[in-house]
Amino acid sequence: MSLKEEVEILRQIPLFAKIEPSKIKLLAFTSERLTFQPGDLLCKQGDNGDAAYFIMAGEASVIVETPSGPLTVATLGKNDVVGEIAILIDVPRTATIEAATELTALKITKDVFFRMVTEFPEMAVEMMRVLAERLVRTTDDLQKAKESNRK
Amino acid sequence: MEVSRPRLMEHNIYKYILRYSMKQQIILTVLSIASFPFLYYFLTLPKVIINQAIQANDIAFPVEYVGFEFDQNEFLYLTVGIFLVMVIVNQAFKYIINVYQGISGEQMLRRLRYDLYGRILRFPMPTFKKKSPGEIIPMITAEVEPLGGFIGEAFAVPIFQGGYLLVIVGFLVVQNWAMAVAAIALYPLQAYFIPKLQKQVNLLGKARVRLVRTLSDHLGEAVSGVEEVHAHDGSNYMRAQFSRLLDEIYTVRYRIYLLKFVIKFLNNFIQQLGPFFFYAIGGTMVINGTLEVGTLVAAIGAHKEMAAPWKELLAYYQRREDARIKYEQVVEQFDPAGMRDESNQLTEPEELPHLTGEMVASNIELADDTGTKLLEGLTARFKLNERVAIIGPAGSGREALTHVLSRLIDPDQGRLTAGGLDLISAPEAIVGRRLAYVGQHGYVFNSTLGDNLFFGLKHRPLHEKKYEGEEETRRQTYIKNAELTGNTPDDVDADWFDYDLAGVTDAEGLKARALTVLEMVDLSDDVYRLGLRSTIDPRQAPETAELILSARRRFFEKIEADPSLKNMLEAFEQDRYNTNATVAENLLFGTPVGDDFDLDRMAENRYVQKIIEEAGLTETFLQMGYQVATLMIELFAGLPPDHEFFQLYGFISSDDLPEYQAMISRIDWDHLDQLKEEDRLRFMSLPFKVIPSRHRLGVLTDDIQEKVVLARQKFAAELPPHLKDSVAFFDADAYNAATNLQDNILFGKIAFGYAQAAEKIGAVLGTVVEEMSLRNTIIAVGLNFKVGTAGARLSANQRQKLCIARAIIKNPDVLILNQATSSLDAVTQARLMENILNEFKGKGLIWSIDHADKTAGFDHVLILRRGRLAESGSPEKLGQGSVLYKDMLTGS
Repeated sequence: MSLKEEVEILRQIPLFAKIEPSKIKLLAFTSERLTFQPGDLLCKQGDNGDAAYFIMAGEASVIVETPSGPLTVATLGKNDVVGEIAILIDVPRTATIEAATELTALKITKDVFFRMVTEFPEMAVEMMRVLAERLVRTTDDLQKAKESNRK
Repeated sequence: MEVSRPRLMEHNIYKYILRYSMKQQIILTVLSIASFPFLYYFLTLPKVIINQAIQANDIAFPVEYVGFEFDQNEFLYLTVGIFLVMVIVNQAFKYIINVYQGISGEQMLRRLRYDLYGRILRFPMPTFKKKSPGEIIPMITAEVEPLGGFIGEAFAVPIFQGGYLLVIVGFLVVQNWAMAVAAIALYPLQAYFIPKLQKQVNLLGKARVRLVRTLSDHLGEAVSGVEEVHAHDGSNYMRAQFSRLLDEIYTVRYRIYLLKFVIKFLNNFIQQLGPFFFYAIGGTMVINGTLEVGTLVAAIGAHKEMAAPWKELLAYYQRREDARIKYEQVVEQFDPAGMRDESNQLTEPEELPHLTGEMVASNIELADDTGTKLLEGLTARFKLNERVAIIGPAGSGREALTHVLSRLIDPDQGRLTAGGLDLISAPEAIVGRRLAYVGQHGYVFNSTLGDNLFFGLKHRPLHEKKYEGEEETRRQTYIKNAELTGNTPDDVDADWFDYDLAGVTDAEGLKARALTVLEMVDLSDDVYRLGLRSTIDPRQAPETAELILSARRRFFEKIEADPSLKNMLEAFEQDRYNTNATVAENLLFGTPVGDDFDLDRMAENRYVQKIIEEAGLTETFLQMGYQVATLMIELFAGLPPDHEFFQLYGFISSDDLPEYQAMISRIDWDHLDQLKEEDRLRFMSLPFKVIPSRHRLGVLTDDIQEKVVLARQKFAAELPPHLKDSVAFFDADAYNAATNLQDNILFGKIAFGYAQAAEKIGAVLGTVVEEMSLRNTIIAVGLNFKVGTAGARLSANQRQKLCIARAIIKNPDVLILNQATSSLDAVTQARLMENILNEFKGKGLIWSIDHADKTAGFDHVLILRRGRLAESGSPEKLGQGSVLYKDMLTGS
């Protein structure tokens, strides 16, 4: 896959929709595109985070360690962003991300990520939207869990 | 055959010269004297030629000479013929004397340097606190250099030149005593004034030597302390200090020049007074008819001849003074109090007793150079089959005690015995083999890791190296020259390994032992990794190369068998483009050897240009270069120049970017064939750096890749003979001597864009190494790793572990460690301590440690306070009964 094709794929990700193509090109050029085999880890819960991943193809499972063993809490697919929390705030990875199928992702390092976010407010807003959506979903899940506990 | 040398160095240079080169000096003197008759005869010849042969005064032709008759012409030819012969004879004498002088001087210089070096090796330790390498080094290298020249001429020059002068004066006296007196009348004046002036020059010379020493000391400090200079913005202050030193030297040199040239002026003036008198007095006498013209000419000639030796004598006098000062100043620096006796290092006892029984230190007193007492009447005894810990607060004398026990520092008073042996008087041959010491920062020599590890096993050449033919002759000359100059004839290339000491029988055994010890000090993984990254010469280690090749085959079997791994490594294949390597690597398809091919500057190489041109790729490359440049400008133009991207994705550095910007706006895509040479090179250089898989620029189409592969084959096939050794080509079935073991096994590029590819490939490599039991072979290669100056290519931890391993591998009866592991992290420290305690179970171990809680594994503990032994006993006993020990336990 050449840089041009990558840029095309990246532009379809909502987060990058409003960013000028040359900057996306820079992002694509300076970022590593990685292929993961099923079972490979994108990141491991508890490790320090230094990069976020934009999934370009394939699926990944989000796994959380619980006292009763690992628990798959979500599945991610094309155009999803993972691992951004640990690079936004310096906390260890909150979950393990494992490739469920063969997966291609763009690895964006902390430095590049912050550069992009500070340079393009649109991207920051988009980022907030993604996080907010995720918060809504989590709150929802929590609600359901509480209710099922009560029963 | 040991030459006995005086304990004190001769303080007078003449005594030193006579002591070691009496024979040479006598030969030189005899040669000089033997030359005088010929010289005298040579001086009288012009008179004979002019007065008799030419003017025919006092002679009747034909004249009979050794049985032949000569007429005037023949007589003239005869005399000028003799003149020519005499010229040759005199010059031959000069030549022989000069060469012999030079050789004698060099021999003495070699001896002097060797003596001084030997003295450094015997300096008492505290001396090195006061003398820096910056001071010592120039003394042996530069300062003594002129001494060699002087020593050769010390006696010969005054005798030869003085005699020469006397001959000429004698000749003049015979000719006409009045003129002789006139010619030398002013010499006493010179002889009086010159030494006076010279004395001042000498004093200045002394000052200059001292200043230069300070200068080199400062230089040494600037280099060693360069971190501090940067960290504290101290460069201005350093510069000012340096400038002041230079000024002092300048001032001294300035004054030396003034005086030197005053001396020269006086000399020349007085010299020229001679002709003045000759013309005045001699001329008057010729006019009056009391002197023949021939005699006057001969006298003037003789006086002219006189100028040279007289000048030489004066110059000799200056050099002598210079040499005397240098010698005295150097020698006084090499005679510190408390220096060990030479026999202490040179004696090789018949038998090396093992240290058994008890070690007893009684009434040990030791003060440092300020007079502060470090040990005050310390008395301690412990068994030599016990592991002893020394603890105590700062200033308790722990460190000083380890120095005394290991015999690095002589105590001011007291006795030290081990078994029945008096350690204070024991030769280094016993102390240095039966004891081992490691301090907090051991020193690693600039050599290989193995050389450092085995340093403690090399005491004497044990098995001479066999030489044959020409080499044997060379070796004999070496021995002869060494003995002539009091140097050691020991052969550095002989087998020095003391296998017995290491407890093994041969080199193989030693290798095995080395692996054990490296494991013990937690260094074997490091050496293994260094081994993987080392190169070997397959001619010298064909078995290793063969093993590595089979490892390569096995590695690829594994990779091929696992589909998930297969894509992660792209092997080098002769007829396929490697998309994970740069274009330069693809074209060269090998490892550069030497400087002929530089992967970063391929575009500039004439041969590469030729191949590219012939492959029809020049235009393609220019177009690619243009594309890459355009893209880089588009991407990077807005970035600040110091942005890391420039370095990480460095097709174009930030400095060059504006240049390329200008080029792109100036040059049209369609006119790439009409570029200036400079622009051409700029564009051409870019595509060589492209790695298709990594950069994904899409400029390197399949078609171009194919062409590059063809060019690659052409490159190898047409390589001219003078470049044959400049590339080690990749060959799947051959070991590549130019690259390291790891790359030889992998024989390809780890693919970009696969998660954890390096780790996974590394794991396969690890499996192969394990399955084939290659680890030890690779560690053995790692032992050849060059550690750099003071071990700079190793980490501080690796250096320290290496020093500990060096002390253990020689199987000492007593290992003395002075906080030797304290710079390591806690986990490593604990592991090392456990290993060493195990190794020395039932042997002698003395370990000065900083925390009482680490003493649990020891048999015996000494607690020091204020330079004395406060308490001692087993850790259990102390733990029950000693308040001090309990305090230290809780305090730590």
